[in-house]
Amino acid sequence: MNWLIAVLQTSLFVALAPLLAGWIKWCKCHLQNRKAPSLLQPYRDLIKLTRKQPVVSEQASWLFIKAPYIIFSATVLAATVVPLIAVDLPTSATADVIVMVGFFAFARFFLALAGLDIGTAFGGMGSSREMTISSLAEPAMLMAIFTLTMTASTTNLSLAISHVLHEGLILRPSFVFALLALMLVGIAETGRIPVDNPATHLELTMIHEAMILEYSGRHLALIEWASQLKLMLYGVLIANIFLPWGIAESFSAEALGYGLLAIIGKLAFLAVLLAVAETLLAKMRLFRVQEFLSFAYLLGLLGMLSHIILEASR
Amino acid sequence: MILVLAYAAVLLSFASGLLALMMNQRHTLLALREHGFKKYPDSAERYRYMIDSNLRERPYAHLLQQAVFVLLGLSGIFAALAGISVLLSKGVIIDHIGLGLPWLPWQVRFDSLSGFFYLIVGIAVLAVSLYGPGYVRAYEKSRHPFAVLGLFTGLFVAGMLLVLLADDAFFFMIAWELMSVASYFLVAFQHENPANRRAAFLYLLMAEVGALAIILGFGVLASFADGFTFAALREAPLSTSWASIAFVLALLGFGMKAGLVPVHVWLPEAHPVAPSHISALMSGVMLKVALYGFIRFCFDLLGDVHWQWGVVLLVLGTVCALGGILYAMMQTHLKRLLAYSSVENIGIIFMVLGLSMIFMANGHPHLAALGLLAALFHAFNHALFKNLLFLGAGIIHHQTHELNIDMLGGLIKRMPQTSMLFLIGCMSISSLPLFNGFVSEWLAFQTALQVDVLDNGVLRSLIPVAAAALALTAALAAACFVKVFGLIFLGLPRSRNSEKAHEVKNKGMLAGPALLACLCFLTGIFPGLIIGLINNVSDQLLGETLANDSALGWLWLAPISADQASYSPPLVLIGALLAGGVSFWYLRRNPARTLRSAATWDCGFGGLTARMQYSSSAFAMPFRRIFSNVWIIEERIDKDMQGALNQDVAAVHYQLHIQDHSWPRLYQPIERGVNKLARLVGRIQTGNIRVYLSYSFVTLIIMLWVIS
Repeated sequence: MNWLIAVLQTSLFVALAPLLAGWIKWCKCHLQNRKAPSLLQPYRDLIKLTRKQPVVSEQASWLFIKAPYIIFSATVLAATVVPLIAVDLPTSATADVIVMVGFFAFARFFLALAGLDIGTAFGGMGSSREMTISSLAEPAMLMAIFTLTMTASTTNLSLAISHVLHEGLILRPSFVFALLALMLVGIAETGRIPVDNPATHLELTMIHEAMILEYSGRHLALIEWASQLKLMLYGVLIANIFLPWGIAESFSAEALGYGLLAIIGKLAFLAVLLAVAETLLAKMRLFRVQEFLSFAYLLGLLGMLSHIILEASR
Repeated sequence: MILVLAYAAVLLSFASGLLALMMNQRHTLLALREHGFKKYPDSAERYRYMIDSNLRERPYAHLLQQAVFVLLGLSGIFAALAGISVLLSKGVIIDHIGLGLPWLPWQVRFDSLSGFFYLIVGIAVLAVSLYGPGYVRAYEKSRHPFAVLGLFTGLFVAGMLLVLLADDAFFFMIAWELMSVASYFLVAFQHENPANRRAAFLYLLMAEVGALAIILGFGVLASFADGFTFAALREAPLSTSWASIAFVLALLGFGMKAGLVPVHVWLPEAHPVAPSHISALMSGVMLKVALYGFIRFCFDLLGDVHWQWGVVLLVLGTVCALGGILYAMMQTHLKRLLAYSSVENIGIIFMVLGLSMIFMANGHPHLAALGLLAALFHAFNHALFKNLLFLGAGIIHHQTHELNIDMLGGLIKRMPQTSMLFLIGCMSISSLPLFNGFVSEWLAFQTALQVDVLDNGVLRSLIPVAAAALALTAALAAACFVKVFGLIFLGLPRSRNSEKAHEVKNKGMLAGPALLACLCFLTGIFPGLIIGLINNVSDQLLGETLANDSALGWLWLAPISADQASYSPPLVLIGALLAGGVSFWYLRRNPARTLRSAATWDCGFGGLTARMQYSSSAFAMPFRRIFSNVWIIEERIDKDMQGALNQDVAAVHYQLHIQDHSWPRLYQPIERGVNKLARLVGRIQTGNIRVYLSYSFVTLIIMLWVIS
């Protein structure tokens, strides 16, 4: 039963990810006085891509063709770990939050290798920049997560979220810092403005798009879907760690329904925030990103120190 | 029985070394054959053909090389068996060999700690001996004699095994020196190149300075103990300050061999110049023997550890890990890069050992056991994947005669099996889930996250920062090995050599790395097997084992308790296969939409060449800019001008030199100091015999005065 719910939840995760991307696009369009595409447009794009015959470069090796499947699977595995509508899932015990970061690293490793596989300058540029940004983002992310795991004294996400839920609404300074840090890291890792612009294909600025420039058809669909899933994962992490209220603690239909509604509401709100931020901010230069991420790290560190100094039991 | 296995491993490696000496004795054997045929004419007829065919020059050389490596491989198998059996029996075996000083025969002790490192040495030596016969063929055409290589390889392995057996300071140092000196000759093997001689001398110098520090460390212990056996040293009543002095000396001595920053400089010089299977042994195993020495000295002989020592190790290890990987990132020579990455991994190991010490000194032995487990597991993993990567580098060099990353490329299609093995090595070292590197790193994070039990506020804030540095190290390592694999195996070939490359023919050269790659994957999926073995080590050393939560079953890894953290690699593997399989099946079900191949998109300009790809320095450029203070960077761009007013650029020359800070900051001042001292001493050396005679006279007078 538990396992079934876990599988269902993961499927829900995978199924809802394009909707979130569509919602963000919708909000952005309205904020920028443009006519918005339908909320379901990302689904149509994905279906269209899977129907097309993929064109692969003559220089491509097996790694280029297999990489989308690996990237997608690793991201789906990361999604199994994160509680979406219910806590106390068995999948959260098979892999904890550090393993989740490991899954992201796994996907990124193959994405970067696929970028280098064709042997064009764009691919190399994208890979190099992606690895740079992610290696700066990872310590900041773990710093923020360590604050949570030390408060809950577990790295199991389900248990940590239940811990926060049972403590009730306490204003913890460490959580405020960690929340800000995780938001900044999420923006950098999912390639949103001001770090990267998912809508651009300008040579000098693109990061994520540069790596996947050679992909088409179902391969591109998988990679796009994986990045939408990653965006949703960060959203759910932020929403459910710092504001877990509403998540189902038992597996009754009613509780699960409330959980679903709660997470949809939270994500919709976060998406509006993101859209507003993307509308207000301009993309920054590549070599400003390190300052952005070291600020995130600093916030994470402050969170950790305030946990140790102010909140720890002794 | 177990000890017999251990001795057999040592003897077999000696035997393989001695057998290699027979390489130059073919003529003696020919003479012996003549003698034998005369003596036994009847059997001569029967065996003549067999003996003659084997004694011709080429078959003889090949046969002997095979035999040398078979003996070495047997030695590896015996060592691994001995290691496993002593770990399983949980016993301590004590013996002595009637060699050595008259009043102190060589004491031998084979316990879980030595057994674990025996296992590491055994696996590595086995892989190398599978790989070796194919690799040394390349030396046949050159003037490098196999006899030297074989002899010193045998002695080197024997030295390492003896270090692990030693139970008194004398025997330990003799074995240690055997290991150091034998490996010096291996580094200097291709001695016609002055740079190789320089690297070898640097290595020897630092090995000997390190050995002096270790001798002094033992000396401090021995001056409080009665005798030089480890049993006596263990009982030595040391004050805190003397124990700290001994700790610092051991850290310097063993750290020099292990390659800790800032005494790591021999490592990136010596590893690239040795033959690849020797670099694999040096980097994969010899550094671990140094680690063994350090653990034996601190955790076993000194006994009471202090938390300040742990802090020293933690800080040093963090610096070492970050510095190592940042320097590795900037290298273009593959083996130099791997050598710097060894510095990084040793840093991680020392960092976790520091955590273990801190927890031990603060009275949390079960957490200390967790730290020790993470450190030893990472040592085991590093031995596997670094060995694998060095052997892979050897294959690449063998097939392309090239180790410069910027001159390779596109090998994944030309060398499919090698590329697969190398990819597994890269994934393990980048600590990706499902591979062994991840498990040890996960354990390290779990150790660091237990910091809440400590009372000291400084430690409580220092350790999470170190953990974040570990995360940065892991991410940088992933970036570094994306660069390595991407530039060597993917893309277009950047030189003729890599274009012409093809898969290695010798099956053994693939079998050695394949063995290691399988072990990397297996220990990544079933870490419980190795953890069970390491638990016996911590039981013996700290008197505490890790309570792996058995409620969850053997598929799970739950080092502290299931409520705190758990990880189940087999289930993750099943999940990965399911997710990958479903998406693969769903998208590939329609055969009409198979792939279509077309030319790479070239922005419509045409003429993409291999030179337009990203190079190593281009890939690392963002890192070079962000962490620019870590290196001494000299970047020069020269333009050749031409044309009417000398305004047109004909060619651009780009030069990049990246240097280690430790040379100008640490070693050159020492060098200057030594030279200055020598000049001062030189003043009294006038070269005039009368002055020297008066020196002797004055000395004699003073001596007489002192005596009377």
